[in-house]
Amino acid sequence: MAVVTRDGEASAAAGASRPAAATRLLASMAGLDWLAKVWWTCLSISLFAGLWELCWAMGWADEKLLPPPHIFLDNIAEQGRFFNTATRWQVGTSMTEGPSAFESVLITGAATTMRVFVGLVLASVLAIAVGVLVRYYRFFDRLVLPTITLLSPVSPIAWLPVAIFLFGIGNAPAIFMVVVALFFHMVLATINQIDTVNTNLINVARTMGASKPQIYARVIVPAILPGMLQVLRMNLFGAWMVVLVAESTGVGYGMGQVIMLARNTFNPSLVFFTIAVIGVLGFTFDWLLRLAQRRILYWLPDTAERLRVL
Amino acid sequence: MSSESAPTFSSRDAVVCRGVGKTWAAGTKRAHEALRDIDLDIKPGEFVVFLGPSGCGKSTLLYLIAGLEDATDGQIWSFSDKVETPSPERSLIFQETSLFPWLTVWQNVSFGLAIRGASQEERRKVAAEALQRVGLIAAMDKRPDELSGGMRQRVAVARALAMRPKVLLMDEPFAALDVQTRARMQDFLLDVWRDSGASVLFVTHHIDEAVALADRVVVFTSRPGRIKTIYPIDLPRPRNLFSREAEAMRIQLTELLRDEVDRAFAEQEAFAAPA
Repeated sequence: MAVVTRDGEASAAAGASRPAAATRLLASMAGLDWLAKVWWTCLSISLFAGLWELCWAMGWADEKLLPPPHIFLDNIAEQGRFFNTATRWQVGTSMTEGPSAFESVLITGAATTMRVFVGLVLASVLAIAVGVLVRYYRFFDRLVLPTITLLSPVSPIAWLPVAIFLFGIGNAPAIFMVVVALFFHMVLATINQIDTVNTNLINVARTMGASKPQIYARVIVPAILPGMLQVLRMNLFGAWMVVLVAESTGVGYGMGQVIMLARNTFNPSLVFFTIAVIGVLGFTFDWLLRLAQRRILYWLPDTAERLRVL
Repeated sequence: MSSESAPTFSSRDAVVCRGVGKTWAAGTKRAHEALRDIDLDIKPGEFVVFLGPSGCGKSTLLYLIAGLEDATDGQIWSFSDKVETPSPERSLIFQETSLFPWLTVWQNVSFGLAIRGASQEERRKVAAEALQRVGLIAAMDKRPDELSGGMRQRVAVARALAMRPKVLLMDEPFAALDVQTRARMQDFLLDVWRDSGASVLFVTHHIDEAVALADRVVVFTSRPGRIKTIYPIDLPRPRNLFSREAEAMRIQLTELLRDEVDRAFAEQEAFAAPA
């Protein structure tokens, strides 16, 4: 074993000599970590936008079909009119009344974000509860798991009519869609997480006289948390996709409804503007979740850097 | 009292095994006999090492004594109680780190008390005592991932001690440590053992470790695990491991193990060969 360790160190040392300069540069920016991250994020987005603009400048991208960022971001007030949710459903009020364009975008964005958030929380709580119950009671496992597995591959689109039948229009059907789209996978993911809990940890608790409920509450649930937050993060994007579908098809207002409006009025600028807003919202949501993850899962080491320097 | 006396339910021995056998996946195609006909008596305060080739079932026996697995045949008693479930009186320490990563060191050590609903002050007090005994009182509020491998195993020992066990079961606890740390940990373990008065059952495949630690070495045959012989190490403590007697014992134990390792290899080759 000692030999293996020494080999590992030797190869690590050999690898370290080449990117030493880069490492030193990074180390000098240690305090400015977040600034570097912002910089790279901006660079990444600018590169993408720049390529698009290049295509437009070369005449490869028709601005009526694929308007580049400088066009669709040019007149936010003009775009924002279509987000004017406070007045748009009322007869006799004009498009220019009510909240300002900027406020309208905020209101619509907040409404969609709220649906994603509530749906995600409901789906996770339900899925973790059901997943734990499946492993806790054999009876429950046999009774419930086949149905969950059966419904798992059903596309959320198929649930859309059900959402409208049951909840009409408004927040409820959109939230229902998010929950139903995530719940079944998350149950299966929870069960998988429970099955991979280190048996030593469970055995330690058993030798100390822990009962079954205590083992679940004090060992299994904390042990699956890291994996579950990872599952949650993956499903966050799923939630954003589903909520748009729900909103676009007769489920009231929201980002999805704006996209649908843009489609019906052949307004590519509005489509790309909405996509940009959704992107920013989703990105921020993910960032907040990662912050929370680091807070809640304080005991997990950061492995990304170690994998990169191999 | 002595292990030679007739096996009875009222025996005061720390651990008594009678005709213990274990078959994994019994009754299926993959059935695999791990242990057969184990008769063993371990006295209170005795240090016994289980020595055998990898996969000979010595760890399985430890799990059976801990009550984490049920024996297929035979019966196990501990201090005249029949072993049927795990008990805080028989603490098990694992080869790999088995500390709860989300708890601090002192919370890990007092986990068993938390299970019983002890108050925070009491838990901290007991944890402090146990950590004092393993020399890690300063690490009380640290998290396991901040500790080295050796420190983590000392915390695991403290956690076991906090339960005031009568039998300490150790499944190759120092296997993942480097040679120098392991030597220190052996000295540390002997101190803990002397202080606690508990019986220690220690699984290893290191002959050096067996000679350094044991009152008696139980040598196992390869699959299915049976007791080949029980070898007493009657060297005075503290032991001089470089003495002629210690060397002679290591050579004898090596001889005893060699046949079993050869047999295990032959079996593995036969298993791997095309049918």
